[in-house]
Amino acid sequence: MDLAIKLIVLLPLLAAAIAGLFCRVIGDRPAQIVTCAALLIAAALSILVFVNIGFGHEKMFVVPISSWISSGTFDVSWSLRVDTLTAVMLIVVTGVSSMVHVYSVGYMAEDPSIPRFMSYLSLFTFFMLMLVTSDNLVQLFFGWEGVGLASYLLIGFWYDRPSANAAAIKAFIVNRVGDFGFALGIFAVWVLSGSIGFNDVFAKAPQMAAGHFMFLGKEVPALETACLLLFVGAMGKSAQLGLHTWLPDAMEGPTPVSALIHAATMVTAGVFMVCRLSPLFEMAPIASSVVTLIGAATAFFAATIGLTQFDIKRVVAYSTCSQLGYMFFAAGVGAYSAAMFHLMTHAFFKALLFLGSGSVIHCLHHEQDMRLMGGVKEKAPQTFILMWIGTLALAGIGVPFIMGHGVGFAGFHSKDAILEAAYGAQSTVGMIAYWLGVIGAFMTTFYSTRLMFMTFYGAYRGDHHTWDHAHESPPVMLIPLYVLAAGALLSGVVAYGWFVGEGWEHFWGTSIAVKATEHIIHAMHEVDVWVKLLPLVAAVGGIALSYYYYVVNPEMPAKTIRAFKPLHTLFYNKWYFDELYDAVFVQPALAIGRVFWKKGDGATIDGLGPDGIAARANDLAGVLSRFQSGYLYHYAFVMLIGVAALVSYFMLFVR
Amino acid sequence: MLLQAIAFYVFAAVCVASGAMVVVSRNPVYSVLFLILAFFNAAALFILIGAEFIAMILVIVYVGAVAVLFLFVVMMLDINMARLKEGFLDYLPIGAMIGAALLAEILFGLGVLGGTHQGTVSAFTKAGTQMLTIDNTRAIGRVLYTQYFYVFQVAGVVLLVAMIGAIVLTLRRRPGVRRQRVSDQLYRPTGESVTLVKVPTRGGVS
Amino acid sequence: MIIGLEHYLTVAGVLFTLGILGIFLNRKNVIVILMCVELMLLAVNINLVAFSVYQGNVTGQVFAMLVLTVAAAEAAIGLAILVVYFRNRGTVEVEDINAMKG
Repeated sequence: MDLAIKLIVLLPLLAAAIAGLFCRVIGDRPAQIVTCAALLIAAALSILVFVNIGFGHEKMFVVPISSWISSGTFDVSWSLRVDTLTAVMLIVVTGVSSMVHVYSVGYMAEDPSIPRFMSYLSLFTFFMLMLVTSDNLVQLFFGWEGVGLASYLLIGFWYDRPSANAAAIKAFIVNRVGDFGFALGIFAVWVLSGSIGFNDVFAKAPQMAAGHFMFLGKEVPALETACLLLFVGAMGKSAQLGLHTWLPDAMEGPTPVSALIHAATMVTAGVFMVCRLSPLFEMAPIASSVVTLIGAATAFFAATIGLTQFDIKRVVAYSTCSQLGYMFFAAGVGAYSAAMFHLMTHAFFKALLFLGSGSVIHCLHHEQDMRLMGGVKEKAPQTFILMWIGTLALAGIGVPFIMGHGVGFAGFHSKDAILEAAYGAQSTVGMIAYWLGVIGAFMTTFYSTRLMFMTFYGAYRGDHHTWDHAHESPPVMLIPLYVLAAGALLSGVVAYGWFVGEGWEHFWGTSIAVKATEHIIHAMHEVDVWVKLLPLVAAVGGIALSYYYYVVNPEMPAKTIRAFKPLHTLFYNKWYFDELYDAVFVQPALAIGRVFWKKGDGATIDGLGPDGIAARANDLAGVLSRFQSGYLYHYAFVMLIGVAALVSYFMLFVR
Repeated sequence: MLLQAIAFYVFAAVCVASGAMVVVSRNPVYSVLFLILAFFNAAALFILIGAEFIAMILVIVYVGAVAVLFLFVVMMLDINMARLKEGFLDYLPIGAMIGAALLAEILFGLGVLGGTHQGTVSAFTKAGTQMLTIDNTRAIGRVLYTQYFYVFQVAGVVLLVAMIGAIVLTLRRRPGVRRQRVSDQLYRPTGESVTLVKVPTRGGVS
Repeated sequence: MIIGLEHYLTVAGVLFTLGILGIFLNRKNVIVILMCVELMLLAVNINLVAFSVYQGNVTGQVFAMLVLTVAAAEAAIGLAILVVYFRNRGTVEVEDINAMKG
């Protein structure tokens, strides 16, 4: 088992190194084979670890690798911690990553830099695995920063496009803002508890909760502040409201990147971090309420924008943003296991949706605007069916109450679990979250099926030359889709019991704050029937309305837009967040930078330094050259002045 | 005593004034003449002090030779009547300042002006040395040909060198001027000077 | 009043300073420079003779004679140079002598 976990983490790094450093020697195909093989082996080993940890007796083990920093009382070491939370994430990360690797072999087949792409994908996977297997906050931060780096590299993969470069920088910088908060949170945890290893910190959690510190003359609870700061980091990484602006622009990267990073793994790192630190968040009710509110707000806000977008990848991106909001508000009310459940199911069906969109884009020769699509189901039938599976999973369609807790697509189980937990929390923020979540579910279904109808149904609205060349994707791209579809179909039913059903305490062990969340899980199952049914009703209503708008009566969208013009403009322009940030942060920063550059660096430092000294030397030389006039009597005069000065000096000062 | 003092002041004033006029006057001939006047007054001062030999030598050598030489050169070179350039007045303030400073330092150093050197002058004056038993010329002669004999000879050599140097510098040969080359004349062989030619009657010498 | 040594020294000092000033205050021609050198030498002579008389030592006067000799020689050579210079340049204006200009 030790060997297994070490292999899982290190095989992707090895593959990335081989493909990246030796790409010229080994060539394209071997690079692809090495990386895919490494990831598939890692995925198989992850299943082994999951079975062992989830259903075995040993619920957690730590594999130390080596010591990293040892400075006074600050001891950080590289070590791999494996418990249930880790095992779930390992399945998600390696599973989706291996499928994306295989898919990329087909999708990027005509790209000139295949080995670089595969290497970056494997590198990203390595960092993500370091993040989930970390035993202390600093190693988690290492993985955190690493996935940010890999995201930057992959978003800007086609670096000859200025829009891609700009999007990569934007992602990195917005992430950085979050990381700053995260770092401050880590420092706070260190100050409060004297350690950054998870075991030590969790053991000291009750004492940390009682601490206070003075801020601007007011006494502020320390643990709340630390948890809020840590959550700021999660906001940045998981694109929550406020730090979400990078996610839609991140669609500039190739579609496999969007599937891997911005659907399944990197953006879920925030949720993972909150769940990992659940013992701390349990002791910080104010921070948890903030988490809930922001998560609910994001869920609602992103769904409103997704209603109006036309780029197929952007619709799915906003959908991701919205679903992450669901996960956060589940974590906020204390249902960490429900959040992780949704994380897992969402990884499957969102990756499926992204890769399926990639298949459509590939089929229509890199067309991404849905207004120029239509009727694709004739050209790509398998993709059509797989996309429907993903959409229904996202919508949360299922049949309730049969066989215990119902049978349905994955989203049905996980999303409803979250909404039930939110209601069951019986708190103000929980109620707000529940209602926002239900409305969000309605909107989610609406825009997801809107995507399906606009893309696959009706008449083709694009260029006929493209239509003639449109074809189904090759098997190397379809097989990963099938695997993910199996996950989207079955993971809900199969895993419900493990995550939130009976026996969930045994499954989770000590990986999340089990004792504290017990009551919320219990309350979740005790809610009224209408609470459980309302999300399903909302979903079905969304499908029906979308069908009406896009298949039955195609003039309705235009009429509705005209009727609600201001609201539509607000949603279409992403609630003007980009413009706001540009005006408040970007332009002033650019202005300050310009001032420092021109005035500070140019005028002051260069002026006093090289340029200034050179100019003064020039001036001095000009002055001194006038001494060499060539006139003897000038020279005589100067000699005389010298003699007079010397004699005066000796007369006056030397006795 | 009073006469002596008046004489001194008159001669000294005229000497200094003519020294200033040497510098200031526009016409170079005037400058030379003022220089001559300065020399004369200096000689008068020497006579006052009792060094009449030096005074006469001053007149004979300086005035009679050097100043006349100056005059020769001034006349020979075709010098324009100088336009008093503006540069003179530009530099005058600072020059005067420096000059005054220098003068002050000289006088201070010599003990004339004050300070710690005050006693210099009295230290250098021996009482009762104004009157000499022998006259000046004899006194100089006694020393010059005995103690300072080599110095005397060297002075002669210096003058010789100066004379040769002056000639060498300024001698120029004009082309196209015929001169006698006496050595050639003397060494001309007989065969070249006279030729016997049989001249036929009524024929010329061709 | 008794004319003492310091009077003669003052006269010599003033003459010397005038000579020095004359060298660079003059813009007219080079001959004035040579004349100023003669003035300076005259001042030195007055100094030497005055000291010699007031000390009762005739050495000073001997030396004054030598100074005289050297002054004459130097005036001759200087004027010879000046004549040659004039032949080559055609002018003896001070302001035109700036071939050393750097």
